[in-house]
Parts: sequence; structure tokens; C-alpha cells
Amino acid sequence: MEWASQLCENRGLGSKMTDSKYFTTTKKGEIFELKAELNSDKKEKKKEAVKKVIASMTVGKDVSALFPDVVNCMQTDNLELKKLVYLYLMNYAKSQPDMAIMAVNTFVKDCEDPNPLIRALAVRTMGCIRVDKITEYLCEPLRKCLKDEDPYVRKTAAVCVAKLHDINAQLVEDQGFLDTLKDLISDSNPMVVANAVAALSEIAESHPNSNLLDLNPQTINKLLTALNECTEWGQIFILDCLANYTPRDDRESQSICERVTPRLSHANSAVVLSAVKVLMKFMEMLPKDLDYYGTLLKKLAPPLVTLLSAEPELQYVALRNINLIVQKRPEILKHEMKVFFVKYNDPIYVKLEKLDIMIRLASQANIAQVLAELKEYATEVDVDFVRKAVRAIGRCAIKVEQSAERCVSTLLDLIQTKVNYVVQEAIVVIKDIFRKYPNKYESVIATLCENLDSLDEPEARAAMIWIVGEYAERIDNADELLESFLEGFHDESTQVQLQLLTAIVKLFLKKPTETQELVQQVLSLATQDSDNPDLRDRGYIYWRLLSTDPVAAKEVVLAEKPLISEETDLIEPTLLEELICHIGTLASVYHKPPSAFVEGSRGVQHKRLPARAGSGESTESPDVGQSVSGVSDAPPAVIPSQGDLLGDLLNLDLAPPTTTVPPVPSSMQMGAMDLLGGGLDSLSGSHYRTEVPSPQPADFSERELGGDLGGSPAMGVGVGVGVGVGVGLGPAPVGMPAGLGAAPAVGGGLGDLFDLGGGVGMTSGSYSPPRVVWLQAMKAKGLEISGTFARRGGVIQMDVSLTNKAMSVMSDFAVQFNKNSFGMAPAGPLQVLTPLGPNQTVEVSLPLSSTGPVMKMEPLNNLQVAVKNNIDVFYFSCQYPISLLFVEDGKMDRQVFLATWKDIPSDNEAQFQIKDCHLSSDAASNKLQGSNIFTVAKRTVEAQDMLYQSIKLTNGIWVLAELRIQTGNPNYTLSVKCRAPEVSQYVSQCYELILKN
Amino acid sequence: MIGGLFIYNHKGEVLISRVYRDDIGRNAVDAFRVNVIHARQQVRSPVTNIARTSFFHVKRSNIWLAAVTKQNVNAAMVFEFLYKMCDVMTAYFGKISEENIKNNFVLIYELLDEILDFGYPQNSETGALKTFITQQGIKSQTKEEQSQITSQVTGQIGWRREGIKYRRNELFLDVLESVNLLMSPQGQVLSAHVSGRVVMKSYLSGMPECKFGMNDKIVIDKQGKGGTTDDAGKSELGGSSGKQSIAIDDCTFHQCVRLSKFDSERSISFIPPDGEYELMRYRTTKDIILPFRVIPLVREVGRTKLEVKVVIKSNFKPSLLAQKIEVRIPTPLNTSGVQVICMKGKAKYKASENAIVWKIKRMAGMKESQISAEIELLPTNDKKKWARPPISMNFEVPFAPSGLKVRYLKVFEPKLNYSDHDVIKWVRYIGRSGIYETRC
Repeated sequence: MEWASQLCENRGLGSKMTDSKYFTTTKKGEIFELKAELNSDKKEKKKEAVKKVIASMTVGKDVSALFPDVVNCMQTDNLELKKLVYLYLMNYAKSQPDMAIMAVNTFVKDCEDPNPLIRALAVRTMGCIRVDKITEYLCEPLRKCLKDEDPYVRKTAAVCVAKLHDINAQLVEDQGFLDTLKDLISDSNPMVVANAVAALSEIAESHPNSNLLDLNPQTINKLLTALNECTEWGQIFILDCLANYTPRDDRESQSICERVTPRLSHANSAVVLSAVKVLMKFMEMLPKDLDYYGTLLKKLAPPLVTLLSAEPELQYVALRNINLIVQKRPEILKHEMKVFFVKYNDPIYVKLEKLDIMIRLASQANIAQVLAELKEYATEVDVDFVRKAVRAIGRCAIKVEQSAERCVSTLLDLIQTKVNYVVQEAIVVIKDIFRKYPNKYESVIATLCENLDSLDEPEARAAMIWIVGEYAERIDNADELLESFLEGFHDESTQVQLQLLTAIVKLFLKKPTETQELVQQVLSLATQDSDNPDLRDRGYIYWRLLSTDPVAAKEVVLAEKPLISEETDLIEPTLLEELICHIGTLASVYHKPPSAFVEGSRGVQHKRLPARAGSGESTESPDVGQSVSGVSDAPPAVIPSQGDLLGDLLNLDLAPPTTTVPPVPSSMQMGAMDLLGGGLDSLSGSHYRTEVPSPQPADFSERELGGDLGGSPAMGVGVGVGVGVGVGLGPAPVGMPAGLGAAPAVGGGLGDLFDLGGGVGMTSGSYSPPRVVWLQAMKAKGLEISGTFARRGGVIQMDVSLTNKAMSVMSDFAVQFNKNSFGMAPAGPLQVLTPLGPNQTVEVSLPLSSTGPVMKMEPLNNLQVAVKNNIDVFYFSCQYPISLLFVEDGKMDRQVFLATWKDIPSDNEAQFQIKDCHLSSDAASNKLQGSNIFTVAKRTVEAQDMLYQSIKLTNGIWVLAELRIQTGNPNYTLSVKCRAPEVSQYVSQCYELILKN
Repeated sequence: MIGGLFIYNHKGEVLISRVYRDDIGRNAVDAFRVNVIHARQQVRSPVTNIARTSFFHVKRSNIWLAAVTKQNVNAAMVFEFLYKMCDVMTAYFGKISEENIKNNFVLIYELLDEILDFGYPQNSETGALKTFITQQGIKSQTKEEQSQITSQVTGQIGWRREGIKYRRNELFLDVLESVNLLMSPQGQVLSAHVSGRVVMKSYLSGMPECKFGMNDKIVIDKQGKGGTTDDAGKSELGGSSGKQSIAIDDCTFHQCVRLSKFDSERSISFIPPDGEYELMRYRTTKDIILPFRVIPLVREVGRTKLEVKVVIKSNFKPSLLAQKIEVRIPTPLNTSGVQVICMKGKAKYKASENAIVWKIKRMAGMKESQISAEIELLPTNDKKKWARPPISMNFEVPFAPSGLKVRYLKVFEPKLNYSDHDVIKWVRYIGRSGIYETRC
């Protein structure tokens, strides 16, 4: 530093100290004066004048009138003056094209200068002058310079080709400059290679289908050699170019990775990030069981952490990228939680990004630390940051079950601070916690209610209203609370209005006697005084539902809600893959594809990760090859994406499906779409009565619409409304459980579309076990009971035959179940209408609900039944296949599936063999779907089909399964993952039974 | 690539404006001023997108540097370039200030023309640039000199020119570490790491080949196992210490270091630039010697009084002396008065900084000192609680808290007649506090 300041002093002594004076001359007639000075005979004076001109130009004054005078100064030996004139030319040539020609001669002459620095300067500047006449003259000098003996001139000429291409692409092609440029990739000088690569990459970007950057193993080898020798910037150009290459096989991929990894120790963060990009991309091709794969994963973590000690702006870029990397490969940074702890002096943009990553990395192992940190952050000053910290606490509660209790108490502490925005944020997240862990933390409702007055944000108000409505029976003054909101109904936002409407209807259904007036009030407000169609429609639906059939209304409005998922804000996988290909660039900072912010043809082509080895040869052109393999062959992720193509189309105008709880408006939207679908259904025949939805056009459209909009399990409201329409318009039976009609829409996703396409006419009914005798006549004073179970149209039914083998008439039948594992209970009386005479048999179907009292049985599917008649009470026990409990909306969103699969610890995984089964994978999939085992995705690897399937039990437990079917091998392998591992063996039994029937 | 580069003063007036691409218009200059410099809010992101144009900015004192683009550029590269630009300017004319920029605007334009071509960064090593961007004109050079310049600018060793001669071959090696700590009020280490730099000043003749060695755990373990100890120069520079080797989490190197060699053999070999430069940066998180421990005790006495007691303990060899010790104890915004008593050094309440600043000039190892303060508060009806910022600490110690030791630095210059033994070498260790905070 000492010499630097010394230098500064030296300069101060010289003439330079006075340069700033050029900025201050603002007199009138300045231009005139300058003109005179520019034409002065004295060199010094001329130079001074040009400096003044440049200074004026910088601050935005128009000095174009001086063009001829300035250009006249161009012919000079003084390089400094020459550079200044060139600078002026670059700025104004476009506005004075005719006069710019005057400069051509000097340029052409300079291109022949013995000094390479001057030759390079001339060709560099000429390329920046966007005047047609000049570009014509540029071609010859450029051609010479591309073959110049001096590398400095060649590297400048390489970039000049890109400049010329930007002005006149045709000219560049006609003149054959592209070929010369390609030759420069083999140049002996690394910097020439780097610049040639940069120029070619840029030109190739505007010709997506050209084979310009013909990357083959030979050129790749050259690039990798140059990589070790060129400047830091050159290394970036080369690495960014390498990232576009698709290696032919995993071996090539590995050898490139090996040669790129040393770059991870470079001091320049951009070199490191570009190297990470290449590695992340090529890693996709490596087999996971390879030792090298593990080594590589380990090597990636330290450099990423080091990026966080860079300057804050770079930290920000790094954090945005780490956010992507953590989503793609969480294993890389899972032990590095601490480095993401926020420092007091971090700029706010760094703090917010760190917080985001902390939540992603939170797990049972580190949750205590994370919570302690979050609590600390919640007391900071920046409002956005504090809000995000509070929200993060809620997300931890949902993500890590063990921490839920602590999170809730932390949130309560925060509510006690009474800081307005903290309270509001806390209430919003507590709502989600209630959803996730029903009947656990409702004791805090009282505390929440105390803060009702301070809520002024729609989201918080809506959340609070939801809570009041949902738990109306536990809140003594729920009606008063809701009424207080009702006063300003029209001033509320739509979100709050919709929520208020639903909450009051819920309240009415729970406490009908006291709240009749209130419900009428809200219904009239919503239907008569509102301009909002969503609100009006919802109001009408409730109104009709309540007036037609209150029991159905209760089933619909108070239906059980599906559980909310744990991971939130995940980037949709195809977008994530694309962004991984753009690590280090603006796209990865914005988390948007380049097409979203770049104009014109550049960046429109979507990049894809390469497919894992063995999935087919890619074609010559890397881009084409990638996109083809991305669609047709098995892509790298665990879950294949047959739907990618369609998914992309849809993503153009629809937000990527999120796995978070959909906010109320969107569930309303969904309700609205269901309205249409449901309506069509009831027109096209009673779809509700068929066991499996038939692939009729109307049904099809319903699925499509429902799936697109929802994508993930929708909130109770949306589902409820959907069914409500069915009830209101169609002749659906009373007491139909809510899950039924809405099921296809809830499971959602495009996968349904595909399933339907493949499954036309092949679906079979739900599995029903053979009838067995449960109670023998001799044990029951002549009453013989045999039966079976079935699931029809979403209702579990116990089909019982009662045979009277006694001599006397039997009557007054009744049935009762003991508490059992899944809360099965008779949903109605045992309907034996006429007394049963001797030797008579009656067949009865007893509908069962699954909301009865629960007690774990051994075996799990054991059911103890008591049957009473006029003679005595008899007891027997029977076992039901667990497939009865598989509900219709058990199709998991693919993304959720992936996240859940990862999330369930591998200890919970159980493997089973299913022997002697001769079905094809499609047939098996269809057969299983009949029993509500849904194939979420299918993947084929080396003649082995892998079906990824999801099942949801009536009590909300999800079971995930992977079924491997090898062509020609009658033995299937089934892996079952479930949070309640005791279920697994029963599920596997069901698989066996279903597949073999 | 970068479409344009602007430099503004704190008022948003343009000092330098250089446009490289046709898609960037003059209005971009104003867009940034209006939306970022004149924005009322705090800057929420260093990257701003205004009307499909992206602006990257960094600030040096009150000068704004902004790079503009309409393409999907490599964002990390743009920031690295902006930092580099600052380094180059500093090397040419000292501090980046409005005054200096105005005084050197012609030079800056010349530099911008050289180091950024069509938005692509070119060689930006000051050593190389200074050979031909001199503001003197270069007509006087001989042909050999010219080709030497161009081959250096484009060559493999762009950071060093040939033909350097010194009468005395000398090199200075500084191991500068900053130790960072975040501790909970209960004394639990929440996070601690050392980020270190090895800064070298070399005054060596010719094109010397250097090899640098330190007590890197991986190298030591490898040698220990292999038995082929390369003990030439071992403990030549570093003294012996208690800790044998250290585990380096990660390190990055100046571009002169051959990375592929480091990757395969973990040896650090290079041809150094002339003068001062940063050879490497590293990071360690294991077995860090925390030079000081801060024990805070804050007690709220009613609503208008706080009692603070802070003890600091030095934790290193008693023979060593820490210097420039400063403890900063934050006080609430509604502080009306403070009484301080300290055993050592001087303590003052600085109302403008909302903190009690306690300074101690020197302190030996294994000692402790204490400060107690009574803070009187004005009653407020502000519901928001005081955020209690952490107590921070600054110091300088004459050892490396990571435990890093330089084992050797060997110099070979095959063409000139001086050997490794003729080079005079100096090594110095300085440990400074980075963000050294204890929550209270």
C-alpha cells in the first residue's frame, strides 16, 4: 500500500492533479471554445481539449457537434490522445455515420502498425463502431489480425468477431470468420483460446441449432489443457462452455470432473462456481455406487462454504446458488448448518438468504441449535427478517415433529412480546401447525384470541378466522368474535371475506341454535351485497347446501382435511434442473429461467441435466441430445418425468405447483373449477356410483382442470365445495363421504392424465376377499354369520350374510364393534327389516365409517364384533384386508412423493417378495389402482420396471411403495416406506392378494 | 456479458460511463440512479432488475460502481470483476474517491478499454497492466519490449514480467488470520472459524520457482506414513509449537499457484508476482485457539436501570502480549447516563454509537480483567424490547489462532546464480479479531 500512496503523490505533483477541472467548465459558448482549442496547433492544448470533450460526454452533455474536429486529432503519435479520440468515436459514430468514414483510413493504417498494441487497439475499436460502411472496411484487417503473429492481437481479434457478428451476422458467416474462430480453439496461447471460446459461445447462443461449438473429446481436451494456463477470466469462459457439453459416457464424465476439481481451490469465486456447475451437471451421469461419486460429493462442500467468506455481494450470489444446490443434493451441505448462522452485521440480503438455507437444512439432528438461533433473530430490527424468522420457526415445527412442541412455545413467547408484526406472523404459522398436528396444540387458542384486535394484515386475519371457525366448539365466544369481524365485511380483502364466510358456516354447523342469525347475515352479505364472483358463488353453494341437506353440509364443510406437506417453497424439479445448469449466472440469482428476463433469442433454449449413463445415446448436437434424452429416456431423478414435456408447457403460464398449503383464494379457484367438473359429471351420468372413475370426456376435463390448479392436496374448503356441488345438483346419496367426488381433483397432477390414457378399459374393481364364515351356528345358538369386506365408491362396507339355523324366528338385530386400530365403526344400523325365519338367509351391507374410537389391535387388522338379536349377544372376531382403508385421494403429487420418500428414515423401509406373479407392470399398476394404490411414477431401467406408488389410509397415514418388476421374472420386489412401519407387512399382504386376484 | 460500466458519486452524478454493448442505452445510467442510488429504502439486493436490465453494484466509501447487462451473464464473474476493478484503480491512484476518480478519468477510461473488451474481462493483473498503461504513451518502446509486453499480458505467467533484478533477494511472509466467534451468553461456542491469508512480498530476481509448505495435517500425515520425509527446510522458518498439524477446511490460491499440482500432491508451487500479493486464503474450524473469552452479565433493575458486568479472560501463553484490545458493549437507545468502573484500560460511554467502548492497550496471556457499568434508562412506552446486540471485541495477537505454522518456503531460480540460502526470508504471524461476538 505504501508504494501505492507514493505513486499517488507522484501523480499529484504532475499534471494529472488538475484533470478534475474538466468536469467543472460549464460556461456558455463552451462548444465554440472547444472547437477552437481542438484545432489548435499546440499538441498539449489539443489533448486538453479532447479531455474536456470526453468529460462533457461522460456527464451526458451532447458534444457530437465537435465530431469533425475531434476526428481530426486522430492522426497522432500520442497513444493517450489516440485512445481518447477512439473513445469519442465509439460514442458518436452511430449518430454521424457519414463523417465516421473519415476515420476509416487511420484504422486501416493502424492495423498495419508494427506495434502489436496499436494493431490490437485499432481492431478493437473498429469493432465497436456500429456503422455499416466501417464494418465493410473492417473485414480485411480483421482477417489479418486473426492470423497475426502476436497473441495479443489474436485474442483481441477473436472478440472482434463476436462484435461484428452482433452488427452483421450474415457478413461474419459469408466471410468465413467462424471457421477461423474455431481454429483459434487450437491456438498455442491460452488466452486466445479462452477468448475464442467466449466469442463462439456467444455466437452459438443466438443460433441455437447451429453446430458451431462442435464440442467433441478432442476439443474438450484442448479446453481442459488451456484451463490450467489461462487467466482467471479465461477459466470462467472455458468452464461455462464446458458446462454445455454432454459427455458420451460416465467414464468421460468422470475424467472431465477429475480435471475440473482443482479449480475449486481458485481464489476467484466465479471460477469456483463455474467449476461447481460443471461438476453438478456431470455428476448426474456418474453411477451413484461409484467411489468417485462419493469423493466428489465430499469435495464440493468446503469450497461452497468458503464462498461465504467472500465480500457480501458475492456471498449473496453464492447463497442463491447454494439454495439450488441444497434442493438438488441436500447431502452435500447437510453437516454445514453452522456456517449459515446469521451474523449481526451481515447485509439484509445475505441474512434473508441464509435464513432460507437454514430452514432447508434443518433436521432432527440440529433442530435445537436452529431454534435457538431463530429465536434470537426474531428479536432483531429489520421487519422482513424478523417475519421470516418467525415463519421459519413455524416451518421447523412442521418439518421436524420432535421439535413441534418447542416451536409452539417459542411462538407463544414471541406473541407475548406484542410486537404487532411478530404476532401476526406467528398466528399465520400456528394455523399451519394446527393443520399438521390436529388435536394437539389447541390449548393455545385462548392466547391467540387475546390478540385479535392487533391483527391488521389480511393473511393474519384470515388465519385467525380460520382458527376460530375450525375450533368453534372450543371457543365459548366464537360467535362474538366472528361477528366482530363481520361488521366491516365489505372493507376486508377477499381472502378474509372468503375465510369469514366459511368459518361462520362451520360455526353454524357446530352450534346451529345460537348462530342462525349470523349465518344468514353472512350469506346475504356474500351473495347479495358482494361484487366478487368467487365470494358469491361460494355463498350460494353453502346456502343451497344448508337448505337442501344439513347433514350433507356437515359432511362436506367439516370434512377431514388432508395433511399438509413438510417441505415448502421447493422449486419445481424441471426448473430446478434448468437452474442447476445455470449456476453462477443471473438466472441462478433470480431463480428464474433466462427466458424470463432476457430479450430476444438468447437464452431461450432450455438447458437440461444430462441423463445417467446407459439411458441411450445422445445425438451430435449437445443441446438437441439433451432435450431428447430429457423427455424420452429415464431422467436422472428418482422419479421419472414422463410428464416433463407437458409440464414445461404448463409452466409457461401457470405457477409451478407448490407443496405448501394453498392459500385460500386458490382453493376457492379450485372449488370453482370443481363446480364445472362436478356439474359435467352429474350431467354425464352418475359418476359417483361407479367404483372406479370411468374415463369419460367430462371426467377427463375435470381431472385436468382440478389437477392443474391444485396440484397438491387442497384445503378442506376447496374439496368440500367441490363435492357440495355434486350434492346440490346431482342425485348423489345423502351422507356421501367428502373424499369421494373430490378425489380425482385432490390427487391431482398431470400424472392422472397419463394414467387415464394408459388405463382405458383396463381398470378393475377394488379387491374384495372371499367370503368366510365368521361365526358358526353351533356357537351362536343357531345364528351363522359369514361375510366379507369391500370398498365401494369410497365407502367401506361389511357384507354380511345372516343365516338362521335355529328353529325359532330371529329379530332385533344390532351390531357393535370393539375399538380397533383404524377406528372402524358401523355407520348405520344393521338393516334386517323383517324377522329372520328358520333356514332363511339375509344379505346385508353394513356401511362402515373410520371415525370411531381407536385402539391398537394385534394383529393390526383385527376386528372384534358383537351381534345382538332377540336371543342373545354373540361375539366374534375377523380380519379385514387393510386395502379397505386405502382412500381414493391417495395419489400423491410426484414432488411431494419425492420429498416424503427422502424424508422417511430408511429404518422404516421394509422389503417383501411377491412370488409367482405374471402381470406386466402396466397391468399390475392398473390392478393396484383399482384398490387405490396409485402409481405416482414409473421408471424403467435395464428391463426392470419400477413403479412408485402411494397409498393413503383413512386415518391420514401415507404409505409409499416401490414395486420392482423384472421382465420375465415372476418374483416382484416390494419396498414399503411409511412413518408407521407396523403397517408395512399388512400392505404387502394386500399387494399379494390384489395382484393374484 | 457486461453491457456497460458506470461509476457514480454519492449524489448519483456520473463520473465514468463506458458502454460496451449496443443493447445498453444512455437511459440505463439514469435508471440506476433513480431506482437504486436515490431509492429511499435500504438496498435490498446487490443485483437489481429494472425493465429487463440487470444492474450489479458495489460501493466503495461513497462511490458506486455499477455493471449493467441485458443478458444472462455469470453473476459471480461480474462481481469479481468489479472488485478487481477497484483493486486496479487503488493500485494506480490510491483510495477510490470522487476526487481521485475525477483526477484520473482519462486513465480509468484507458484501463476500462483494456481490461474489458466487449464486456469480456481480459487480463487485469496490475503488474502486467502497469507495463503498458502508463499514461505516458508507449511510442518509445523497442520492438522487443513490445512483444515482451504482449506475451506477458496474454501469456501463461501474466502476473510477472521477465528481467526483474534485485541486489538483495528478499521475501516477507505474513500469516494474517482473523478469528471469528459467536458465543452464547452461557459461554457455549455457537460458531467459530479462522479465515486466514498468507500475504507475500517478494523481491526476487528472475523467474523464481517457489515452493511453500505449512503444517497441513494431510501433508504431515502422508509423510508420517510414507516415511519419506521431505525434511529439507523443515522447521527452517517456523518455530516448534505444541500443535503438530492443523486441519484446513478449505483453501484458495492466487492464480499463480498450480492448482492441479495442489490437487494431486497437495504441494503449493508457483512463480510469484513481483511485490505484494495474496498467496492463499484458508479457513479452519477445528481446534481454534480462542484468544479471549468474554463473560457478560446483564441485569435489568426495574425499568430504568441496567447493570452490566463484563469479564474478559486472555487465553494464550503468558509470554505473549495482545494489543489494541477493544470491547464494545451495546447500550439501549433510551440510555440517559452511564457510570463505568474498569480495572484496566479506559472505558467510555459513546452516546452516538450507543455503546460503552472499553480499550486496553496491552494484555498478557492468562490474565483477566473486568468492567462494570450502571446504565440509566429513560422511561419509554415503546413496546418493542431492546434487541440486545452482541458484545463485540477487537484485538491483535502475535500468533496464528488456527495453529498454522510455515514450515518452509523454498526458492529456485535455475538461470540466475542465487540459491535458496541466499534469499532473506521473514515470517510474521498476526491474529486479529474478525467478528468476535458474545451474545448477552
